[in-house]
Amino acid sequence: MAEITLIDALRQAMDEELARDDQVFIMGEDVGVRGGVFRATMGLYEKYGPQRVIDTPLAELSIAGVGIGAALYGMRPICEIQFGDFIYPAINQIVSEAAKMCYRSNGEWTVPLVIRAPYGGGIGGGLYHSQSVEAFFTHVPGLKVVIPSNPYDAKGLLKSAVRDNNPILFFEPKKGYRLIRGEVPEGEYTVPIGPANISRPGTDVSVFTYGMMHYYALQAAEQVAAEGISAEVVDLRTLYPVDRATILASVRKTGKALIVHEDNLTGGYGAEVAATIASDAFPDLDAPVRRLCGPDVPAVPFSHPLQDWFMLDPEKIAGAIRSLARY
Amino acid sequence: MEISTDMQREMYWNMLLSRRLDERAWALHRQGRIAFHISAIGHEAAQVGAAFALRRGYDWIAPYYRDLAMMVALGFTPRHFMLSLMGKRGEPTSGGRQMPSHFSMRNMNVVSHSAPVATQCVHAAGIGLAIKLHKEDKVVLTSLGEGSTAQGEWYEAVNWAAIHQLPVIFMVENNMYAISEPMEKQMAVKSAAEKACGLGLPGVAVDGTNIFAMYEAVKSAVDLARTGQGPTLIEARMYRMTPHSSDDDDRAYRSRAEVEEHKKLDPMLVGRTAMEQTGVLDEKSLAELETRAKDIIDEAVQYAEKAPYPDVIEGSFPVYAEEVRHG
Repeated sequence: MAEITLIDALRQAMDEELARDDQVFIMGEDVGVRGGVFRATMGLYEKYGPQRVIDTPLAELSIAGVGIGAALYGMRPICEIQFGDFIYPAINQIVSEAAKMCYRSNGEWTVPLVIRAPYGGGIGGGLYHSQSVEAFFTHVPGLKVVIPSNPYDAKGLLKSAVRDNNPILFFEPKKGYRLIRGEVPEGEYTVPIGPANISRPGTDVSVFTYGMMHYYALQAAEQVAAEGISAEVVDLRTLYPVDRATILASVRKTGKALIVHEDNLTGGYGAEVAATIASDAFPDLDAPVRRLCGPDVPAVPFSHPLQDWFMLDPEKIAGAIRSLARY
Repeated sequence: MEISTDMQREMYWNMLLSRRLDERAWALHRQGRIAFHISAIGHEAAQVGAAFALRRGYDWIAPYYRDLAMMVALGFTPRHFMLSLMGKRGEPTSGGRQMPSHFSMRNMNVVSHSAPVATQCVHAAGIGLAIKLHKEDKVVLTSLGEGSTAQGEWYEAVNWAAIHQLPVIFMVENNMYAISEPMEKQMAVKSAAEKACGLGLPGVAVDGTNIFAMYEAVKSAVDLARTGQGPTLIEARMYRMTPHSSDDDDRAYRSRAEVEEHKKLDPMLVGRTAMEQTGVLDEKSLAELETRAKDIIDEAVQYAEKAPYPDVIEGSFPVYAEEVRHG
């Protein structure tokens, strides 16, 4: 099997879906001739033409809203928001329209739409090229929120997202685009939207995480393993709807839960995981549920030491695992 | 443009049925039998004229909440309307989930819309894009109030349609008020049609109380759109003869004298007078139409009042496409 990068896996998924179904098309800022500012769509404009890979005006609201209209017509748009940080103008369309369409029309209309956006810091992007925005959308019934952590899942989940009949927010850890490599088989496969994945089984502490922090959590688990701590790493992958069964099964086994995300702590996705555990696995807990998250500041600062202060890394995660294991 | 006698009678019938339905809704509200109504009184000529200029069931429509007469002309029945006013089971736009006059008719290509204004315009641009990508000769008409042209969503939608020469007709129903705010608080131009100048599409202002003028204006725009000559902005100028909704009291912001003055330009009166002069309608046929409307509406009210409410379980779905239950 070939080992490829996360962004290559995403591009393969889009390439294969464009080839498979002529209702699929891509639109976004600079996705065509330029191939995307991160080169996620590189070569697709040349291969499929300007009708299938559409450069849009710099207006995120209509990237989402025009996508919704095309989806209502029966197409399957893949919309790229250039950075997660730029998605806020589109929230009215995503939350008020895409998410509610099926419910409000009693199923007469559905919105098969994928909105891809790179998220996360650690790349020198400052406040407006580093944000984690998932928590705004994991509050919204009608949306599905997916965050892959490795090339295999990225390709398989994106292909599932394109085939899903609902609006899907697909957030990609941009720091991992070229850093995270992994084996991806030749040929057709998909990864289902919904189930979490136990990426490293363990017995002492459950670490619930996703995206870039999952990559670091695996490194942290490796570090503490050398010290005799067995950490189970659960890659949540689909944040919404929540895979409560996998979360609860893991914490019932280990008795300890650490939730790790890069997004800031308060009101973050980890609160939902913590509440699920507190509500349904309370008798199984041997320690308080802990969250290791970004600090409650508006966004990631630019200056290098400030960015490092904000960001989690394998050492910080390993420290939190140790602390919880000792409890 | 020649409009046959039969078609003129059909136009008048649709305006009349909408007007009498609308008046009945106000009466039901004042009697405490319904909770909410939002009125199309004063808009009938523009809406019915526009509907007749489309190929109904073939072309697409992204309407807004003041489009009762347009929906009647597309086959929205008095029973449908009464069920939706009362939130009864079988209500066809949303199964009782949406407020009344938030339309959706899949079989007539009328897409579901929400209450935040101008959101539907972006969907129309997306539908127009899909039509163009499919190389079809359909058109899409989206309607909105003049207040909605202040929204960025409207601007983005028009910009998209103009860039890609999409088959979209933007029909601004300028009734001079956005709830309480008159034109001068909404825009610095005298006519919403002027806004087309900077966006690269034709903008025409039409007497929205004259059904024949509206039919011809929309028909011309449809002909352009259908033959690949791009979008048109049509401003239909009329007067909102009622408060914004049943929850509004327009005495707070406009004089009775002003309202009375505009009743002289009631589109029903304008249409009837014209059709009487040409012999299309006479006293006898008008009386027959009135009786027919009253009978149909009486029956619809009784039908809806006897109809059951939805089972409460229906509130729980369909959040996702997988949960849609047919029948």
